[in-house]
Amino acid sequence: MNLKSLKEQIIEKTIFLCGVTSVLFVVLIFIFLAKEGFALFKTVHPADFLTGRRWYPISDPPQFGILPLILGSLYVTFGATLISVPIGVASAVYISEIASSRVREVLKSGIELLAAIPSVVLGFIGITTLVPFMRNALNLPTGLTAFSGSLMLAFMAMPTIVSIAEDAITAVPKKYKEAALALGATHWQAIWRVVLRAASSGIVAAIMLGIGRVIGETMAVMMVTGNASRMPTSLFLPVRTLTATVAAEMGETVQGSAHYHALFAIGIVLFVITFIINLIADWAVHRKSK
Amino acid sequence: MVNNGVKIEVQGLEIWFDQIYALKPLNIQIKDKEILGVIGPANSGKTTFLRSLNRFNDLNDNFRFKGSISLDGKNIHKDIAVGELRKKVGMVFALPIPLPLSIFENVVYGPRRHGVNDKNKLEEIVERTLKEAYLWDEVKDRLQVSGMKLSGGQQQRLCLARTLAVEPDVILYDEPCSGLDPISTAKIEEAMSRFKDKYTQILVTNNTKQAARVSDRTAFFLMGDLVEIDRTDKMFTYPSDSRTNDYISGRFG
Repeated sequence: MNLKSLKEQIIEKTIFLCGVTSVLFVVLIFIFLAKEGFALFKTVHPADFLTGRRWYPISDPPQFGILPLILGSLYVTFGATLISVPIGVASAVYISEIASSRVREVLKSGIELLAAIPSVVLGFIGITTLVPFMRNALNLPTGLTAFSGSLMLAFMAMPTIVSIAEDAITAVPKKYKEAALALGATHWQAIWRVVLRAASSGIVAAIMLGIGRVIGETMAVMMVTGNASRMPTSLFLPVRTLTATVAAEMGETVQGSAHYHALFAIGIVLFVITFIINLIADWAVHRKSK
Repeated sequence: MVNNGVKIEVQGLEIWFDQIYALKPLNIQIKDKEILGVIGPANSGKTTFLRSLNRFNDLNDNFRFKGSISLDGKNIHKDIAVGELRKKVGMVFALPIPLPLSIFENVVYGPRRHGVNDKNKLEEIVERTLKEAYLWDEVKDRLQVSGMKLSGGQQQRLCLARTLAVEPDVILYDEPCSGLDPISTAKIEEAMSRFKDKYTQILVTNNTKQAARVSDRTAFFLMGDLVEIDRTDKMFTYPSDSRTNDYISGRFG
């Protein structure tokens, strides 16, 4: 009897430890990020950092304005969202409501396979095929543009959006659709007005998680967007994103320098952006359960 | 166009789901503006029969059928579009299923799909149908509240109002009171009796007493077979088949 309860105790404590560890890591990462990032604000005013239009970290004196980088990230994300959301939601509707069960299985595994492609491979394919294609097709000086990044990232966001939206749509009780059909609604009317409406919170969550994926993505985007840190004025010009900046410059900084701290401060900005996106997704899911 | 007072004519209808022979050759005539009660134990084919009248069996992938069903002399599989058929033949389900919309939008869902968009007209439909379904007084002050916030009995009356809003000729009830308390059940039955002069009604029920209370004629199904159909008062006093007698007196089922 005692041995049994001891065993229970050990198992419980171990599981508890595992649960706490993940939270602990998040806290530690945040503390480290904050410690290294906030050090920048001893020399640079936060407002100048966020709204400055020049990112010249190694000129003399250095300038740490990340507005062009924020806008670069937003441009690329905006473009990717515009492409991936309609296609992703539409294919989720097709898979869950229209496709026959055999087609459904094929499509679902296909989309999961898309999620399994490493981002560096996507970037690599982008550089060799998409970038020259864009340059020729649109007659641009360079194919390394925000739009190319958006296209690549749309591919990466699509599996997230499709699989989560598909789950949300499948979870809508079949009875709703039947009720709408019994009133003489067509199949499409039943899907549009009833099924999608009932699944709306899940679909919003799917979109937000897709966007979260896009904004945090580094490798593919660094390879195809051209990495010019200037104020973006068009989707068809090179831009540089927050993530690409950190990845490209981290290796060249002197530890403890202002540049080094600035990269951590960018990390904080990214952290806050993804945090907000996750909060919105959470709120959407929570609204559903009410 | 009603021929000899017959609203629905079913001829040689047989239904299979995959290998399961769900309905054996069935001939039945449903008269205009009658209430037909359909009783029988589980798996007797009574719901399958009901769902064939608004082509709801079509939603099932492995459904096959033979024979014909006509509504007002028109073959429902050939001469009428399925949306149009379901507009004419409304259905109330066993469990109340309000759409995830407000009370108002639940009622006007059907009319909107059929092209009614005038606000005054829609308001008029909502008031008329909710009154017909005995729900108006309970919800008139909160039409914008979600239909899912109502009690079970209220939800079922909302579903009834929603069905009435598309102005059907025929209303199918698939065990409409199976999840309801006696008072809600009484309200639904009262509504059905009042509808007598307006709609042809077919009531599938597990509750033989309900069929006895409400219907003009009653049909008894057993294992996919129509055993007997007759005037309700006759069937419940002098059934012509001994199996009917056994069922309604509670010896099995």
